[in-house]
Amino acid sequence: MEFDLSKPQKLLRETARATLTQNYPLERVRERMASDAIHDESLWQIITDQGWVGLNLDESCGGLGLGLVELAVVAEEMGRACLPCPFLATTWAATLLDQAANSEHASTLQSITAGSLKATVALMDQNSDWDIEHVQTQLKPTPAGWQLTGRKTLVLDAAEVDILLCVVRQGLELAVVLVSTTSSGVHCTETRSLDATHKLFDVSFDAVSLSQKDIVAVGDQAREALEYATRVATLATCAEMLGAMQWIREATLDYAKTRKQFDRTIGSYQAVQHQCADMLLMTESARAATYYAAWALTVNAPDGNKAVAIAKAYCSDAGREVAHRGVQVHGGIGFTWEHDLHLFLKRIKVCEFLFGNATWQREQIAKLIL
Amino acid sequence: MDLTLTAEELSFRDTVRGWLRANVPAQWTVSLKDDDSKRAHLEYLRSWQRTLFDGGWAGISWPKEHGGRGVTIIQQSIFQEELALAGAPQQLGVIGEGLVGPTIIAVGKEAQKQKFLKPLLMGEHIWCQGFSEPNAGSDLAALNTKAVLDGDHYVVNGQKIWTSFGHVANWCLLVVRTDPTAPKHKGLTCLLVDMTSPGVAVRPLKMMTGDAEFNEMFFTDVRVPASNVLGQVNEGWGVALTALGNERANLGTALYLMFKRDCDALIVLAATIERNGQPVTKDPLVRQKLAQAHLDLEVFRLNSLRTLSGMNNTHAPGPEGSILKLYWSEMNQRNAQIALEVLGLIGQSWDFDEGRWAFNYLRSRGNTIEAGTSEIQRNIIAQRVLGLPRSY
Repeated sequence: MEFDLSKPQKLLRETARATLTQNYPLERVRERMASDAIHDESLWQIITDQGWVGLNLDESCGGLGLGLVELAVVAEEMGRACLPCPFLATTWAATLLDQAANSEHASTLQSITAGSLKATVALMDQNSDWDIEHVQTQLKPTPAGWQLTGRKTLVLDAAEVDILLCVVRQGLELAVVLVSTTSSGVHCTETRSLDATHKLFDVSFDAVSLSQKDIVAVGDQAREALEYATRVATLATCAEMLGAMQWIREATLDYAKTRKQFDRTIGSYQAVQHQCADMLLMTESARAATYYAAWALTVNAPDGNKAVAIAKAYCSDAGREVAHRGVQVHGGIGFTWEHDLHLFLKRIKVCEFLFGNATWQREQIAKLIL
Repeated sequence: MDLTLTAEELSFRDTVRGWLRANVPAQWTVSLKDDDSKRAHLEYLRSWQRTLFDGGWAGISWPKEHGGRGVTIIQQSIFQEELALAGAPQQLGVIGEGLVGPTIIAVGKEAQKQKFLKPLLMGEHIWCQGFSEPNAGSDLAALNTKAVLDGDHYVVNGQKIWTSFGHVANWCLLVVRTDPTAPKHKGLTCLLVDMTSPGVAVRPLKMMTGDAEFNEMFFTDVRVPASNVLGQVNEGWGVALTALGNERANLGTALYLMFKRDCDALIVLAATIERNGQPVTKDPLVRQKLAQAHLDLEVFRLNSLRTLSGMNNTHAPGPEGSILKLYWSEMNQRNAQIALEVLGLIGQSWDFDEGRWAFNYLRSRGNTIEAGTSEIQRNIIAQRVLGLPRSY
């Protein structure tokens, strides 16, 4: 039994950290935040050159054939770097496309893993939550094929990607359709998110024409593919939060060791020490929960699905708490725009709600244990 | 990262399981209210320890040359888990096996090893630990029980408190002050004390639960042979820390299983309780609380597994033990409260479910105090893990 990362997994972590700190220091994140287009093609090139997009997918579709522990390792480093890129969205969509196993879309998946296409999943209707059964947007038959009219809300990175995998109803059946963001009738409107590195969009579909081959999956196949892919994306979100928690915890400790008040470093006071100790406990517990879920889902453990819900519930509560305490220990400087803390606080805040916050996840756990 | 057990670990588990199936006695069912049944219960536990010894399952983590099996820490955890799953009786000798024995092995003289280790494993010697005093709790080194050399004996006078197993123990690892003029950490000595010596008095200490799980011990002119000094005279602080390091290395496995039994029982119980015309498990607020208890416990399990795996690699208990202690103690308080909230007013009654939830709630208040308060654990984490300066 070995809980620690293996040598290749540690090497992957070192590579990811070195690559991201060299190429994307926080000053560059801030530059992108200040510009209209948050995403940066050169960054996407770096990420796809490393093979990180589709890292969890089979080599036959351009992936690296690695497990979800490796995905968590990379996502954690992206969270630690507060990286602005549609990695989470594209991983979600690529995993969905892969699970749907529709040969019509094999070349699309190849293009995604190769880096020439980016993608996201458009899940939530206007009044629904993360429960896929709540989706009502209807796909209507036309003489030529199908037509999509409706609106999806809070779609991650929609305007930054090329492909939307849209969750709809075909009659009563759940279905996933592939829509190009440049198709006629597709409009993305930004819903300004607290976190500028994870952008959210309203996407409206106005009589968008689709052909039979744009239907990726229907019925149980669509449901199962979507459930699995969403679980993988939820896990990657936990890992992102973990990376952000780790950054805050380390920055706070460094600050506590250098900032002086009453002629002593503030880290010499128990009130501050105990905050730092709690931040460590929460970060390390989030780590245990996240990596266990990654492993359990990879090996198809009987409690894999529950483990992901537990990790997301724990990370959502603990991530917020670590961010708040980090600001508290920093005092005034931690509340400023100038300090980088708020970048991570905001990243954590959006991740807290992405794929369901702790309350939502606890209900998922309740369904499994009660 | 791979959490599956190795072939060797699986085969170890099967061996343990097979032996337990053949040897675990039928459950003790007699009430423990009167003294006779308490004495009989003690004999029952003592005979279980002897059964473990005869089967080669006493002190399994100890090196083979001292009567152990030299198993890995993961195998130790498997053993703990199997004991709990088999419903094996409580181990009387936990202080001896987990804390005193390893300390004797680490710093004891050859004659002490010969004299004490085997009877300890056989259950003939039941050990307790005389560390805390009324005025030396978190600040253990402030202890004031004195030992003065008189010929080839030390004469001990003083009081100890919070002694688990004090009422059944016949031996005690006692920390005393032998040099009152030295700085407080420098004048301490560890003694191995026969509890049947004249001048030793033990008084059960009743807690808020109504149970007397701990004791007070009084030493009045107790004569202890100088040959029973463990380690060197006036170097008892280091010996005590060795012992406490072993205490904090508590694997968490048995604790997890104990808490899990409660959590699972609460879920089963909640499903039988109707409120407002429906089972409380349909109430969204109750569902939130039960799910939170379950997930909190699961995160504790995963923290334990990770600590265990780390210790298996480093072969040493580290300060990470403090993170685990902090986590489980505060979690158990949260979950004891959740149980009461789910059950409602009846839950706190001694007449409901044999007082199980009343007891758990009250007992959990001690969790963040015993074996190092949460404040002390946070100090340890801050200083020894995070490298912050000493703050007290």
